[in-house]
Amino acid sequence: MNAKTPKQINREVAICNISRRRLLQGFALSGLVLAVGVPGVLLAEDEPEKFGRDAMPHGWTDDPLVFVAIMADGTVKIVCHRAEMGQGVRTSLPMVVADELGADWAQVEIVQAPGDEPKYGNQNTDGSRSMRHFFMPMRNVGAAARMMLEAAAAAHWGVAVAEVKTGVHEVLHPQSSRSLGFGELAEAASKLEVPERDQLQLKTAEQFRYIGKGKTHLVDGLDMVSGKAIYGIDVTLPDMLHAVVARPPVLGGKVTDYDATEVLKIPGVLKVVTIPGSPPPAYFNPLGGVAVIATNTWAALQGRKALKITWDHGEHASYNSPQFRAEMEQSARVKGGAVVRDEGDVYRALENASQTFSAEYYLPHLSQAPMEPPVATARIVDGHCELWAPVQDPQAGRDLVARWLELDADKVTVNVTLLGGGFGRKSKPDYMVEAAWLSRSMDGQAVKVTWSREDDLHHSYFHTVSVERIEAGVDEDGKPVAWLHRTVAPTILSTFDDSALVKMPIELGMGVVNVPFAIDNVRIENPEAKAHTRIGWFRSVSNVPHAFAIQSFVSEMAAKLDRDTKDYLLEVIGPPRQLNPAKLLDSWNYGESPEEYPIDTGRLRKVVEAVADKANWGKSLPKGRGQGIAAHYSFVSYTAAVVEVEVDEDGELSIPRVDIAIDCGPAINPERIKSQLEGAVVMGISLAMLGEITFKDGAVEQNNFDGYQLSRMADAPAEIHVHIVPADDYDAPLGGVGEPGLPPIAPALCNAIFAATGQRIRALPIADQLEPM
Amino acid sequence: MPVLTINGEQRELQFAEDTPLLWALRDELAMTGTKFGCGMAMCGACTVHVDGQPTRSCVTPISAVAGKSVTTIEAISEDAVGKQVQQAWNQLDVPQCGYCQSGQVMAATALLKSNPNPDDAAINAAMSGNICRCGTYNRIRDAIKLAAKAVQS
Ligand code: FES
Ligand code: FES
Repeated sequence: MNAKTPKQINREVAICNISRRRLLQGFALSGLVLAVGVPGVLLAEDEPEKFGRDAMPHGWTDDPLVFVAIMADGTVKIVCHRAEMGQGVRTSLPMVVADELGADWAQVEIVQAPGDEPKYGNQNTDGSRSMRHFFMPMRNVGAAARMMLEAAAAAHWGVAVAEVKTGVHEVLHPQSSRSLGFGELAEAASKLEVPERDQLQLKTAEQFRYIGKGKTHLVDGLDMVSGKAIYGIDVTLPDMLHAVVARPPVLGGKVTDYDATEVLKIPGVLKVVTIPGSPPPAYFNPLGGVAVIATNTWAALQGRKALKITWDHGEHASYNSPQFRAEMEQSARVKGGAVVRDEGDVYRALENASQTFSAEYYLPHLSQAPMEPPVATARIVDGHCELWAPVQDPQAGRDLVARWLELDADKVTVNVTLLGGGFGRKSKPDYMVEAAWLSRSMDGQAVKVTWSREDDLHHSYFHTVSVERIEAGVDEDGKPVAWLHRTVAPTILSTFDDSALVKMPIELGMGVVNVPFAIDNVRIENPEAKAHTRIGWFRSVSNVPHAFAIQSFVSEMAAKLDRDTKDYLLEVIGPPRQLNPAKLLDSWNYGESPEEYPIDTGRLRKVVEAVADKANWGKSLPKGRGQGIAAHYSFVSYTAAVVEVEVDEDGELSIPRVDIAIDCGPAINPERIKSQLEGAVVMGISLAMLGEITFKDGAVEQNNFDGYQLSRMADAPAEIHVHIVPADDYDAPLGGVGEPGLPPIAPALCNAIFAATGQRIRALPIADQLEPM
Repeated sequence: MPVLTINGEQRELQFAEDTPLLWALRDELAMTGTKFGCGMAMCGACTVHVDGQPTRSCVTPISAVAGKSVTTIEAISEDAVGKQVQQAWNQLDVPQCGYCQSGQVMAATALLKSNPNPDDAAINAAMSGNICRCGTYNRIRDAIKLAAKAVQS
């Protein structure tokens, strides 16, 4: 990927009329924040291609003056510029700064940054990137601030800087037994030059007090259990009004006519306002519809019930899930579609194989369904729009609101609240535009727009629906010689370009083209599929269907060949080797450099072996019980899981134990890594057992948690054991954590069900498919 | 206008009588610790105690709680059991996003007040109405057991 042309990638232009290749670069470079009208990344002709944090819009900064403020009383304020949505980032990133700085955590206060990427660097909190991209910058921030305090102390004492050192929250001069607290030094230090990056003296691993220890309690933990934590839905402003919106049930639908007579009779209702829809593609624009503005949320909800709206449903009203599934299955069964990887001669190898296998897997649409639904509050004072929102990508919201209100972005302030869950939904700030639009319709008065659960489930940016068909051939020894995978699913790109029909590199690179197996003949085909709803990203994105199919299929092959699944999986992965993702035709590799981040089958093997060992793989189990295993590379981390199930005579399933191992490089906050993986296990079980969004006549059929069910406490495994495979040192490249835990869960679960019962589940959710034993 | 006791204080509510307690707490009294998750008694995010009983405030009209005593998450630390529950949650770092945890803490406190030493089945039964999308169930279970020990000692 050595582009020789200047790459001024305006994201919109990229979408509309530039070649697919350029456009996809735009995607990679902008980290999925397309279409929000901010200037793209500018690369000069001869500049080398950028990766990782360097390639993100607005990049990164390690300026201590941006991130640290020390008060005279010794309080150290550390800015968190990424959004907290349960991954613990408000604890983990400031903890890195505090450690390098030498601060006492008890005297640290966290300040949440507003959406302002030119100042803070990239803030788009998704893609499991926060620690991966900001560990180094945050270390630099802390080290630079520490060195400034040391310089100030040395000057105060009139001694050489080399003679002073930092203790805990103070600088010491051991020779004279003098010390000065951070608070006493703050003012003098703030007047000094920030040391150059190459002069920074970072701590050694032995000197860390917080990094790698996992002993730092959540900064918001106590507030979260005492009702004090402020989420987007909790924002309360003077004279604030409350709104709910009736949106078109079918994508692209329009209001033909509406009657608000009864609405305005409801006490508390003040006004009914239309929000215009936008022509396709959907982008992050609001869907449009009719809003009811009232003095409280309940009155607004009652008002909406009384609205009479006639809709023109538009072109997607014929979207029906069963029919669409049948069409996708049809496409998956015939040779064709975009050939996205082709090594050797797969068709001939299949013909010559001593045995062949094939299977088809189905994953329905899913909704992120964060416990806090989308919500935003806006007010406009003197031409300045201020918003409060639980948002993963505040800069995208800021730019989009600016465009809708025809303001400069610097006339829009986005305050980032805590997120009551995000999972990808809150990367799309359509709800922020609604709030801003409605505030404007009330002459700038503060308006909070709250989505009900029904709104959330009806109008998500859904996880795609997919059919994966795999055919494989083996030689006489059972060694795989041919691998043909046809992957069919509406693409996320359709949300930005409604003519898009095939997957883009970031989707293909999530486990389907870059399948790291030791097989000579590999071909991946991608037949077309048209999107009829807004396709978005859901935690782990395309890794979920890809890992489900691939890891189920390997287990199916092992069973037919009468081989142990774990051993066979290792054989298919092959010997330890470092694969260049680009050679596997993965041009994306999560935005990271293929040299720094090769796909390392040795690391993949290691998590498989580690988890098998910890789970006591192959232990003898009574009838009705079984273990399943699965492994997956995603977000430049390696995970493997063993699920143990028990199925009783009535076909009731329970999960006595899950083991999951991760190699994510250095483990900065092992406690939150553990908690993220525990959460991923439960979410994986939830989607495998219960998750399904279906469409009828273009509209979502599920309304609330009765239709779209989520795992509850009794569905959770009795035990979850997380195993972190340690990295050699803190210089090793970091991998993601928030997402990689999810992909292996569904296949490991279905493999366990097969081991326990002999029944193979190929279509999710499992729901009531289990047969009585 | 319904008059009720909220966290020990007499309050007269102005909102329409059919307004669910949840929205009166949040929008009229600006007590936002009690969360909205579904509005249909299916997720438990809005759990409060009404005369000591765990109650889904999203489906409880304020007319139905007139004259009653309501405790919300904001005051649960004043309850000896509630305090232990909060501490156990903090000790085990239960929350992820934390949004469901008000409701979890209210449900767990009610459980421990009626059953000081619940086994897994009792915990599952009492907590099954509370969804955690982040998947903190295993830590919640451990934290309930930890709080139970603390309450007993
Ligand atoms: S909001 Fe009341 S139970 Fe969900
Ligand atoms: S902690 Fe996020 S929903 Fe429970």
